[in-house]
Amino acid sequence: MSTTTKDSAPAGTGSDDGPEAAAPGNKSASPLGADLGLSRQDLLEMYSLMAITRAIDERMWILNRAGKIPFVISGQGHEGAQVGIAYPLRKGHDWMVPYYRSVASLITFGMTPREIMLAQFARAVDPSSGGRQMPGHYGTVERNIVSVSSPVATQVLHATGIALAAKMRGLDQVAITYLGEGSSNQGDFHEALNFAGIHKLPVVFVVENNGYAISVPMNLQSAVEDIAVRGAGYAMPGIIADGVEVLECYRISKEAIERARSGEGPTLIEAKVTRMTAHSSDDQQTKYRSAEDLEAGKGKDPLPRFRQQLTDAGVLDEAEEQRIAAESKKVVEDATDWAESQVDPDPATAQAHVYADSPPARMDDPHWRSARFMGDGGPLTAEREG
Amino acid sequence: MAVMTYIEAIRSTLQDEMRRDETIIVLGEDVGKKGGVFLATDGLFDEFGGERVLDTPLSESMIVGASIGAALNGLRPVPEIQFADFIMPAFNQIVSEAARMRYRSNGTFTCPMTIRAPYGGGVHGALYHSQSVEAFFAHVPGLKVVIPSTPYDARGLLRSSIRDDDPVLFFEHKKMYRSVRGEVPDSDYSIPLGEAKVVREGSQVSIIGYGLMVQYALEAAELLEGDDISVEVVDIRTLRPLDGQTILGSVRKTGKAVVVYEDNRFGGYGAEIAAIIAEEAFDHLDGPVMRVTGPDVPGVPYAHTLEEWFMPNPDRIAQAVRRLAAY
Repeated sequence: MSTTTKDSAPAGTGSDDGPEAAAPGNKSASPLGADLGLSRQDLLEMYSLMAITRAIDERMWILNRAGKIPFVISGQGHEGAQVGIAYPLRKGHDWMVPYYRSVASLITFGMTPREIMLAQFARAVDPSSGGRQMPGHYGTVERNIVSVSSPVATQVLHATGIALAAKMRGLDQVAITYLGEGSSNQGDFHEALNFAGIHKLPVVFVVENNGYAISVPMNLQSAVEDIAVRGAGYAMPGIIADGVEVLECYRISKEAIERARSGEGPTLIEAKVTRMTAHSSDDQQTKYRSAEDLEAGKGKDPLPRFRQQLTDAGVLDEAEEQRIAAESKKVVEDATDWAESQVDPDPATAQAHVYADSPPARMDDPHWRSARFMGDGGPLTAEREG
Repeated sequence: MAVMTYIEAIRSTLQDEMRRDETIIVLGEDVGKKGGVFLATDGLFDEFGGERVLDTPLSESMIVGASIGAALNGLRPVPEIQFADFIMPAFNQIVSEAARMRYRSNGTFTCPMTIRAPYGGGVHGALYHSQSVEAFFAHVPGLKVVIPSTPYDARGLLRSSIRDDDPVLFFEHKKMYRSVRGEVPDSDYSIPLGEAKVVREGSQVSIIGYGLMVQYALEAAELLEGDDISVEVVDIRTLRPLDGQTILGSVRKTGKAVVVYEDNRFGGYGAEIAAIIAEEAFDHLDGPVMRVTGPDVPGVPYAHTLEEWFMPNPDRIAQAVRRLAAY
């Protein structure tokens, strides 16, 4: 890890223009977002990221229903908060410690639709896990996106440790981590915020509160309505963000990231979002959510809301909207077709990467039998016998 | 060559490694100014400061979980769990996270760190300051488990553990901290992980163990000289990766094996050793593989009569060897 800043631009891929694009003289300058330093290009980029993520997500469900992928975990309804919150990060420099609903965060932080789709199909070249993990468990080392696991809230401590190392090494990095409100009831959440608060670590904790831990509603998860109030117990700001308001999410996140980077310590952000789908493809949410509740959730979809805001502000016209929709469709088609055409992992590789020195052991290798109780420490044994 | 206690070997090795590599940090409960409840980190705070020697809150999951994160971002943490008994809140972080990080990311993320913890009974520690926990972790692919039985090995193995690129659990028998002394060279030697050692040669019965039980096995071997029974003692040293060949080589020579471990008998680590011997050296056996172990109660009880009842000792080991030798 270099100690120099690799890329100080905001995370959105269209950020090359920077805030200056909104400066006077630019005919397309928009008042919307200008107070946040966001250009028209930034706004369109943010909208595109949300639209592409939604298209990917919808495609996942189609693939699941078609029997092509066994499992989907979805982020529909979370995209506005995720794009807004991830957009101020420095790509390739800061750290993202995501959870299983983080596709929009990941796309904003540089993961590609092809990479997301490789995980759905569990192909050999899937950069997240080489097909070892279920869909939803993303991560790529070159982008500082930490591998996701299934036990919840464990990652909150990893982000805290990453921030500890960043501070000690003087790297000027911020770690951001995400979890659901259900996960915020785990002990690891408390232990992480406590330690981060003590040492004023450069970390931002983001709770995406969609009101349900699978089927358990908020009033059975927490004695307080807002997870954000828990920040007070760790001497850090706890801020509620309306997940439908992309630019509000951006502003709150930008301030938290700046606070972290300048040594003022961690922030807890609670983004109120809606879960527009079942928890996963193995869940049937009509069993525990009323029709009224589900209908109300649709009204909190951030995508049409942001589209309307951009249209009202003159940032987005019909032609541009159609271009983005067509582009999203094209990107998802390409990612799906390409990922599906990649090969499955070879079982001969299944014992690789248990340890640093794991041999690429094969079940049919005559040496495998004598190596099997070596805890995969084959080379050590070979050296000794040699 | 200096003579050191077991804990002096550990403390001085931590110090040497921290001088050599500035990415090494020590974190845990009371490891700072106090120098640890057993003084294993004594003096490190004064030399390296509070940034590299962190007193943490009473949060074992955090100690390990934050170490994983720090390791992901370029540090080489050496967290201390104050007693192995208290490692359970960190079990999820160790087993679900540290052990699997490399595998689940297809070899792209790693978390090099060495989790030190004092274990074992015989010190009036009762149920919650005496446990042996190695079997839980040796069961898990992705973890390495090391238990040295001498100051020399403690130094050489701790050095290798810290420099290793995988998560290592380094268990230190607390009864040995000050009771076991030995020569420790001042040199930069290390002992590779995954190598067992024949610490006493013999011809009739092999005793196989680790940690304090190796010391007891050697005492038993002395006792058995009076019975004209020639005993070989194998110190496993690294429970995972396991050096099966050294164990099998000894058993194939003697034809008889006693496996000794302090943990509860049922499903203990030594059960795996017994299974490997049965599978791989059956044709060489002249008797059943025997075990001398702690009994199957949920913890080491406190009163001295009860603790003595629990603990394997040289006499019990010798008794088992006599029965097996007569087979």
